[in-house]
Amino acid sequence: MIGFLQNIGRTALSFLAAIGRITLFTVNAVRWTFLPPYYLKQFFRQVLDIGYFSLPVVGLTTLFSGMVLALQSYTGFARFSAEDTVATVVVLSVTRELGPVLAGLMVAGRIGASMAAEIGTMRVTDQIDALDTLSTRPMQYLVAPRILAGTICLPFLVLVGDLIGVFGGYIVGVYRLGFNPSIYLSRTLEYLEFSDVTMGLIKAAVFGFLIALMGCYHGYHSGNGAEGVGRATTNAVVSSSILILISNYLVTALFFG
Amino acid sequence: MAKKTQTGSSTAVPKIEMQGVMKSFGGKHVLRGIDLILNAEESVTLIGTSGCGKSITLKCLLGLITADSGSIKVDGTEILGTDRTTLEAMRRRFGMTFQFGALFDSLPIWENVTFRLRHQQKMNRTDARDLAVDTITQLGLSPQVIDQYPAELSGGMQKRVALARAIADKPEILLFDEPTSGLDPITGGVIDRLIIDAVKRLGATAMTISHDMASVRRIADKVAMIHNGVIIWCGPVAEMDETGIPEVDQFVHGRAEGPLTTAAKEEARRG
Ligand SMILES: Nc1ncnc2c1ncn2[C@@H]1O[C@H](COP(=O)(O)OP(=O)(O)OP(=O)(O)O)[C@@H](O)[C@H]1O
Ligand SMILES: [Mg+2]
Repeated sequence: MIGFLQNIGRTALSFLAAIGRITLFTVNAVRWTFLPPYYLKQFFRQVLDIGYFSLPVVGLTTLFSGMVLALQSYTGFARFSAEDTVATVVVLSVTRELGPVLAGLMVAGRIGASMAAEIGTMRVTDQIDALDTLSTRPMQYLVAPRILAGTICLPFLVLVGDLIGVFGGYIVGVYRLGFNPSIYLSRTLEYLEFSDVTMGLIKAAVFGFLIALMGCYHGYHSGNGAEGVGRATTNAVVSSSILILISNYLVTALFFG
Repeated sequence: MAKKTQTGSSTAVPKIEMQGVMKSFGGKHVLRGIDLILNAEESVTLIGTSGCGKSITLKCLLGLITADSGSIKVDGTEILGTDRTTLEAMRRRFGMTFQFGALFDSLPIWENVTFRLRHQQKMNRTDARDLAVDTITQLGLSPQVIDQYPAELSGGMQKRVALARAIADKPEILLFDEPTSGLDPITGGVIDRLIIDAVKRLGATAMTISHDMASVRRIADKVAMIHNGVIIWCGPVAEMDETGIPEVDQFVHGRAEGPLTTAAKEEARRG
């Protein structure tokens, strides 16, 4: 019985310790982002990696999601003769929900994993200690550029993804479901509000921040050896994906109504 | 020169003074009270069996790992438990090589070598490249190497680049973690020469970890041996052979049988 309680206590304590570590890491990372020196070269390297090289993945994902969304909503709405809402449903779902979440999850797999692996390798091979020795703060040199780039690039990626997703819906709507192109387009724009797009972009910024934060945090605290780096990578992807889904609800609820 | 007169009046203050430094990892006591004094322009070599805590000692000295207790002073200033600014200012006076190189994979050799000069002192590109060529040719590497990346070099070459990075901006205190292991004897000799030079000519203070007794005899003024988390012997290199301490004797003469091996076997038996 005592042993059982001890176990619960220990788990609770280590959980709280982890929360404390992550909070401290976050505060530090954000603080160092705004203090000089700024490592612009590192920042632009990350922008290229996150913003540019993720375009194909995000583009393909949103394209096919837009396409399937058009088909599925047509099936549904045809049952109560509301087929002409397809264009509106596609554009609202893509901008408010699917664009940010799908792009976020894809980038979490791509960027979160590579950040954790890169920083984790630097940890286990003493490169992070070497940075400290050479009078460069790892938080500023490694973490800050990644977090800033993640937060800035994700909204851009999502904006491009939104356009491609809506285009996917248009292709299916016009060529498969036989909508009139100009009517489909005007339906797309008719009920779309500015706030639908901005809400998606705010979500994207939050997701980008979380992905980079988790990638850096897990890499920075990576255990020893190849095994430690492997675990850091997995943890980065899993934790950022979960955080994306949770924060997605929170942001939506915040703007609801 | 100015430095000389300054330290002349205060010869009593050692360059580095470690007292009762302890460090444990999750109940495993690695350092149990390291006491070590290093005077300016002295070269000390740390010896001891594998896993005894030599690398940890160097990392504690730089604050890369925070020691649990004790005192670490550099020029009389306490650095254990001090604020970040003091620690960073202190680190600027150090150069260190790590046991496994720790070169930055994503940067070419010349940027590795001149990392601190580029970022701290804003040295321009041309000067930095010239300096990188100067430094690595001293270590017997060809100038073409500067545009390659660490992964393209052999282990021994990486080791020399790491050494070049540590000495490029001529720090006052140099820490070398096994600088010659994995090198051929000729290059090892070149590196020993370089460490001696740095101490004698630049007036640096050096702490080197080494397993190679021939090289220890060449580079060290003083030798300190770590065993069971404490320094069991520290003295001039000339007295290393007649300490009368069985552990030191066994280590220095590389004998397979002796108290070190018996202790290791005991520990293995106990699990
Ligand atoms: N991060 C860590 N977590 C737990 N234990 C550690 C850690 N780092 C080092 N140790 C332990 O501390 C001890 C001393 O390690 P250290 O690297 O200082 O050895 P060393 O004397 O440099 O050995 P070698 O000559 O093989 O390099 C080892 O037994 C090691 O297992
Ligand atoms: Mg070591």
